[in-house]
This record gives sequence, structure tokens and C-alpha cells, in this order.
Amino acid sequence: MGRIWRVSGPLVIADDMRGSQVYEVVEIGEEGLVGEIVGLEGNKAIIQAHEDTLGLRVGEVVRGTGTVLSAELGPGLVGSIYDGLQKSLLALGESTGPFIKRGAKASALPRERKWQFTPEVKVGDAVSQGDIIGVVPETDLIQHRIMVPAGVKGTIKEIRQGDYTVEEPIAWIRHDGDVKELTMMQKWPVRKPRPYKQRFDPSGLLTTGMRILDYMFPLALGGKASIPGGFGTGKTVALQQLARWAQTHLNIYVGCGERGNEMADVLVSFRQLKDPNTGRLLQEKEIFIANTSNMPVVARESSIFVGITMAEYFRDMGYDVLLVADSTSRWAEAMREMSGRLEEMPGEEGFPSYMGSRLSSFYERAGMVECLGSPGRRGSVTVAGAVSPPGADFSEPVTQNTLRIIDALYSLDVSLANKRHFPTINWLTSYSLYVDAVKDWWNKHDPGWEDTRANALKVLQQEAELEEIVRLVGPEALPEGDKLLLLVARMIREDFLQQSAYHEVDTYCAPVKAGLMLKTIMKFYELAQEMLSSRAGIDSIRSSPMVYRISRMKDIPNEVFEERVKELWSEMEQSLTAGKRIS
Amino acid sequence: MDFSGLYVKEARAIRKAKGALLVAESIPGIKFGEIVDVQLANGEVKSGQAIDISEEAAIIEVFGGVSEVDLIASRIRCKGETLKLPVSIDILGRIFNGMGQPIDGGSSVVPEDYLDINGEPVNPALRQPPAEFIETGISPIDGLNALVRGQKLPIFSGSGLPHNRIVAQIIRQATVKGKEERFALVFAAIGISYDDASFFMRNLERTGALERTVAFINTASDPVIERISTPRLALTAAEYLAWKQNMHVLVILTDMTNYCEALRELSSMREEIPSRRGYPGYMYTDLATMYERAGRIFGKEGSVTIMPILTMPDDDITHPIPDLTGYITEGQIVLSRNLERKGIYPPIDVFLSLSRMMKEGIGPGKTREDHNNVFMQSYAAYAEGCYLREISTIIGAEALGERDRIYLTNAEEFERKFIAQGEWQKRTVEDTLDIAWELFSTLPEEDLKLIREEFIKKYLPKYRN
Repeated sequence: MGRIWRVSGPLVIADDMRGSQVYEVVEIGEEGLVGEIVGLEGNKAIIQAHEDTLGLRVGEVVRGTGTVLSAELGPGLVGSIYDGLQKSLLALGESTGPFIKRGAKASALPRERKWQFTPEVKVGDAVSQGDIIGVVPETDLIQHRIMVPAGVKGTIKEIRQGDYTVEEPIAWIRHDGDVKELTMMQKWPVRKPRPYKQRFDPSGLLTTGMRILDYMFPLALGGKASIPGGFGTGKTVALQQLARWAQTHLNIYVGCGERGNEMADVLVSFRQLKDPNTGRLLQEKEIFIANTSNMPVVARESSIFVGITMAEYFRDMGYDVLLVADSTSRWAEAMREMSGRLEEMPGEEGFPSYMGSRLSSFYERAGMVECLGSPGRRGSVTVAGAVSPPGADFSEPVTQNTLRIIDALYSLDVSLANKRHFPTINWLTSYSLYVDAVKDWWNKHDPGWEDTRANALKVLQQEAELEEIVRLVGPEALPEGDKLLLLVARMIREDFLQQSAYHEVDTYCAPVKAGLMLKTIMKFYELAQEMLSSRAGIDSIRSSPMVYRISRMKDIPNEVFEERVKELWSEMEQSLTAGKRIS
Repeated sequence: MDFSGLYVKEARAIRKAKGALLVAESIPGIKFGEIVDVQLANGEVKSGQAIDISEEAAIIEVFGGVSEVDLIASRIRCKGETLKLPVSIDILGRIFNGMGQPIDGGSSVVPEDYLDINGEPVNPALRQPPAEFIETGISPIDGLNALVRGQKLPIFSGSGLPHNRIVAQIIRQATVKGKEERFALVFAAIGISYDDASFFMRNLERTGALERTVAFINTASDPVIERISTPRLALTAAEYLAWKQNMHVLVILTDMTNYCEALRELSSMREEIPSRRGYPGYMYTDLATMYERAGRIFGKEGSVTIMPILTMPDDDITHPIPDLTGYITEGQIVLSRNLERKGIYPPIDVFLSLSRMMKEGIGPGKTREDHNNVFMQSYAAYAEGCYLREISTIIGAEALGERDRIYLTNAEEFERKFIAQGEWQKRTVEDTLDIAWELFSTLPEEDLKLIREEFIKKYLPKYRN
């Protein structure tokens, strides 16, 4: 047991701490504030406090716990809301009211609740790490698969069936004369990646329901993406949309150093919105971590690592998991603050030089893997992290360090936000290296995807070039063909890329609908070009009722879209070729 | 039971005094963040706070600076408390300084409670998403950047722009429809000029709002370090009124740029590693711990709405102060020097302005069913007009097509009829939306793509009669 030697903000130095280890969790002072040892020097331990240190005195006790920061894993995670240290915020609310008191404790998994455990192995079976020994129907969407924890193997001596809490034993495993008791809960140190058998390249489309992602810059299962953007560019809304509609088994939403009201909005909306494919409430496949900007700074880092550890745990069950983190910049700022207090040599803009490697140690835990244990299964963790660059200047260190790690960039553009073009993902500066990884998926669902995508991107590229000429000579001085191109580019932007998160239909666009929408616009382009070549004027094309009809495609529900778009196509062919005849 | 208040811990051995910091020999029992008295040789007493304590030394930040402190005769006396504000319902109608002492000549408040000025974070799981529309009577705010209860919406201004007049107008006019509820105003003046402070106080007096106002005044001539505590005192008072007295509280903090400058000054005195432009790296967190005190809580009647005002140095929105603020607040109202030069009041730049909570507060049953559509279409039309205006400055308006000229005129009209209004004019949200519809009627009807057809048939003036 040590005692406080110095307090300076979140930095606490304790004396008489010989025997402690780096990253050991400690309890500071009479209130038992949670802290983590980040360095040892002789008898002194350098501690970062995860809770507010106001009021601490020199000489108060510091207790080591002997363990590093770990996450509790087991039934009860899904639908929960945690703080950065994995305390259940609802449980805290019940014990301490609407304000968070320091030192208040709450466990991550409910201890009283009983879960219905059904064994999948029988007495005498040989099992080892990662084997699924039984299942629990945690929600209607998630079947929680109970796995043999790391480092345990042997034969099943006894296994139970029925309702148990996470602390009651459900199986006994015999190995070399020892008998080990298993419960449904296990713990895992958050900073250590969970093991797997083999790692694969990301593959298969992670359907997000956002047209610009799914069709233009796809994200693959097991991939890593970054969403940088200045304030007001809709980072949070974009991430919320991902967490809402991504067609993965489970989504984890980490609110790291962000707004409390927005977090409240997320929590409430997930209790009301339904998953488009299953019709079940979204919170049945979601875990929330809320470390808002006014909560302790140091816990921002743990919120990220607790999140990714839970993601890996569900990956190990054979699920596809998406983790969104809003915002990694706040975590980087926490690193900077702590580094400054530790008087470390600063790197760029005061950030510590290890920031890049710390960021990688998070993003690199994404991936698609063959899980340990039997039955054989694949699972994936996909990560999307927001970055909040100061002054929307992407040359700053957090953005630049992140770009070295990720393979899909969705860069949010302030000028699009000012025009209220949402999502503000800039089509000229964003990219995805997963185009090849999702090719097979798209070819199966929408042959011709590659060409349509490339053609549309080309139109947008040409528009950007023409735009400079327009600024010099005016739009009316352009040749007719270019005027048409501008019209079509505008249709792609406004009628395809723009997507309202708040419109009941448009908020989720099935990939097949997205494909048909873009094909309709490109078809219009084709027909209009024919019209122009037969000397029809651009004005007659601009004023065609088809332009208006196409702009309303967004509102057509996913289910009836295919049918309705066919009508649109035949009308389009009639009206545009009719126009040709008139001229 | 904490008996530390019963005896006085005292230190005499001061090793160093510089800027606002005193370094003293270790003081046994001192708490991190504790408030201390520093007694000078001449008997004067200054307040200070322990910002770094260890077995070897205690570093004290002295409010008001270390002038006249000497290393031999001065003493540091611990008070056993972190900075607290005495509160009771009687704080309404009172004026305090940046240390929470009354400066209106009245007696000190008989406290019902002492509250830590740093507050406690609201449990995010128990926050109620803000959703009640506040009608300010100002079209570009109500129509395009609606304010809701529990939101934090700053005004980004520039020096010389009429932010004070706009805020005074909001204070005069703001109401929540169809409700008679207990409403209070908390006003914090942070390092502003005496004239600006008295402008607000006069305004409050004239409209009779003074008796439901709590004011904390730190003018430009008051100690810089008290600028750090002024907004925190104001928010503590606001939280008391909202959560204990069930009132709806609007907090005006002006000018937060002065707060951030004070923070920078202090940080450099503490010899911390500076981040962008010399501001401390923790400025985001520091501002967030204040602004996040806005909100609503499940099961509580009241609400805290925060409207900070800041002047953007050199009108630069990417400057760290507006930039970090924008990352924390739920939108911003940005004032434009261009519109001001055109003689438009209020000169609100609707492109840079944004209210993130707007969608929750508008729509059927709250404002009007067409609000969201009108909002989107107005933006689209005005954006188009402004883009064409930009082009036409190079190529001339004659080189534009007919349709383009319509949009060009529409943008001018939009500024003169929709954005502009009188300082004493209060428009209902219906008035605001109807003005927008009038402007739509000059546009080709098929261009109103962002509005549902049923609303066009219902609200477009030509279908109305």
C-alpha cells in the first residue's frame, strides 16, 4: 500500500509503491478513485487518474489491485451503456442519481440477472481455448456464445443447463487432475489484442445504407476507415448513421470526449428505431460507450480500448462487428495532456511522439479472422474513427497519423456543409482501397457496378474541371455538351450522393436501390446525349419533367423501388426520344 | 466527519512568487484544488488555489496576481474547501463579482447550500435530448437555426458587430409556445468593457427582467484570473436554479474570447507546453466542462440553455477559440461583416450558422409541418443565388441565363426580407415561414424539389386563396 506524494491535475505520484507493475490499476485516496500506473521510478509510481482528483491530499493511501485494466465479457453487454471504465451508466444512475459522483462503483455485467444457458458440448468432450461450450439468447438478435477462456483446456467433467448468473459456475473442466470451474463471464486486459487462428484480408461489403459509401467508396468487412472533418460537417451524424444501419451482427458506438446531448439523442433513438432487415429494435444489437467531453480526460483512452476489446470478443464468437469511435482526436488530446504533465519531450504540435503507434495499436485490431476453437468460424471487426482536425486543416498530426493506418478515407468538407449537402463526404478527395475487396459482392448483386461507378466518378471529375471555366466565362458560354454534363453532375450530386439522415425512407438506402438510382441518372445522360446530337436544345432537356421525377427517386421505399424504377425508365425513354422527334 | 475546517493550516515559507504563482514549502493536509488565503505584510488578503501539491512543495495560483507579495512576511492560510458558491433562491435579482461576492450594495446571500463551482458531469444515460423550440422572434434563427431548450448555441461575432444588440433582443423576446413556466436568466460578463456590461444591465432593467436575473460581472479592469471563475459561478447558479428550483434557465456568457485569453495567460505562467497559437492543449476539455453543463435531465423539470458570445479574432473562424468552441457546442450563429456593411440587421451568416438540435425542435406540433422543408429549400435557393452572385461579379449579370437571374434577385430579396428585420420587431415562427413562402413564389415551381408536394399546394401563396 502506498501513499500520495504529489497531485497535479490527473497526474498523481505515489510513494512506497515498490512491487507494482506498469499499467496496474490502483485505487487512489479514501474515495478509491480509479487510476492506472503509467511509470515506475524507484519506490514511486506515476499514476494517471481516470477520475477527477480535486480534493485529494498528500499522504492519502494508494492501493494496488494487482491487475491491469480489464473488460468484463459475458452476457449483459448488448444494449448496455458504459462509461470509459466500463461502469454501467444506468446502474450508476440508480445508485447516485443524475450526476456522476467520483469513486462511485458499478459493475459492467449485471450480477443478479439470470441467463438461460444451453450447453453445446457434453460431458467427456475435450475442449480448449475458444471452443463454444454453450449459448445464451442475449437478445432476439444476438445469441451469446460462451467460449472457453484463454489458457484453459481439458475434458468436460460436468456441464449445466438452465438459468444462471454470470458468476455462477456452468461447467467444470478437468485437466491433469485439476478441475477448473467456468462461469459465463471472463475478463480480458483491454490493451492486449485477443488471439485468433489466422487473419484474412478484409472482404465482402459492409452494407451501410449510405449511397456514397456502399456504391462509391465501399467499406469492407474487417476494414479500417477514418472520417475527418471540421466542426459542423456532420461527423457525428455520419457515424450515428453507420452505427444505426450497418448490416453487421453487432455495432459498438464509442462516444469519446464528445457531446452529452448528442449521446442522449443516440441512446433515445436506438430505443425507437428498427433494423431494416430484422425489424427489431436497434438497441438489441448495439453497445454504447459514453465518455462525454466533461467526463475525466484520461478515461478517453480506456473508452476506446474497452470498446475494441468487446468488439474482438464478439468477433471471436464468429460475428461481424462494427466499431465507430467519435472522436479519436479527443483521445489524442488526452494523450497530449498527460504527456505534458509527465514532462515528456513533445512531438509535433505538442502531441507525444508515440501517438502514431498508440493510434495504430487501436486501428490494427480491426480485421477479418478465423477464430480460435471449434466449431470453425470467421468473424470480423471493422473500425471507423472520426477525426476532428483543428480549423478543418487535414495537415495536422492526428489526421496525418491516422491516414497512414487506414484504408478508406471519408473526408468531410466544410464547403459542402455550408451548402447543406449531406453527407458532406467529398467525392474528389475521399477514397477506398476496398474496391477490389467488394468486387465479388457487387458483381453478384449488381453486375456492371464497376463501370457505372467509374463513369459517374468521371462525370464528377469533369464537372470540377469545368467549374473553373464557368467561373471565368459564365455557365451560358459553355458548349451544349458541357452544359448537359453540368446538369448530370448536379443530378448525381443532389439526387444520388445527397442523402437525408432524417427522411424516413432515405435514411437507409439498400445497395440495390442505390445501384438502380445511379443507373437511372446515367441512362438519362445517355438519352439526353442522343437528344443533343439530334439538335435538341439543352433547355428542353433541363425543363424535362424527367429531371424532377429523378429527383424524387429517393423517396421511393426500398421494397417497391425495383418495380417503380422500371416504370420510370420506360417513361424516360418515351419522353426523351419524343423530345427528339419534336425537334 | 471532516474536521479540517476547525484548525487553520498555515505556511510561511514562500520560495518563489512570479506572475500569478506562489511556490511554497509543502503544506501538510492541503487538498488539491483547495482555496487558500494569502495574507500580505500590509494585512491585505488575496485568494488563491492549490494547483500542484506534493511532499516537497505546494504551488498556489493567486487570484489577482502576486503584486505586493513578499517571500518573508506573507502567509498562506488553508480554508479546507474548494471554490464554492453559496446559493439560495435569493440570488435572483442580485449582482456578483467574479469571486461570487455581491457588488450591488446588498447584503450577502443567506445560503441554503454551498455548491462546488466545477459542478459534476451529468450521467449521459440520464440526459433527456433537448426538443422544445424556443421562439426568439428572429427569422434567421427561428427559421433556419432554431434554438431549443437545453442546447448550447454560441454567437460567433467580430469586433464592432452588433452581437450585444442581438442577444439583448433574444433576451427580450424568447418564449416557449403555449407555456407559462418559471424562467430565469443568468448573465456572466467576462472581461468586457464597463459600457458593454452596463448596456446589458440597462436593457434588463428596462424590460423588467432584472428581478429574474443573476449577474456575475467581471469587467476588463477586474482581475484576469477571476475570468476563469466567472463563467463557472454563473453555471453553478444556473444549475441550482434549474435542478433545484425547477426553472428554465438561459445563460449568457460574454465574451468567451476574454476567458480563453485568460486561460492562455495562466497557462504560460504555469510554464505549460503550449498547443496552437499558445493556447493550452486542454482548452477543448476546459471549455467542454463548462458548456456540457447545458442540458435537460430525465425526471427534472428545469433546463439549462447556454448562449456564449465570442468575438473571433480577425473574423477568423479557424482561430482556436471559435474552432474548439464549434467542436463542443451544438452549432453556432455566425455574424457576417458583409451583411453588416450592407446595412442588414441582424447580420447573420446563414451558411456558416448551424443549429444541431434544430431537427428535434421543429415540425408538426412544435412549429409547423412545413418547417423542415422550408428550411432546406431556403438554403438551397439562397446558396444558388450567392453562387451566381459570385460568378456575376466576374462575368456580369447580363451573361447569365433567365433562370439564373431569377435566383440572383431571389438572393437579394432573401437578405432584405427574410434575414433583415427590426431590432424591436418580433416575428412569430409562422410569420417567418410565410415570408419564406413568399420568396419561393418568385422561383420556378418545379425547382422546389426539397418540399413535399402537399405543402406546396397548401402554403405556396398562389394556391392559398
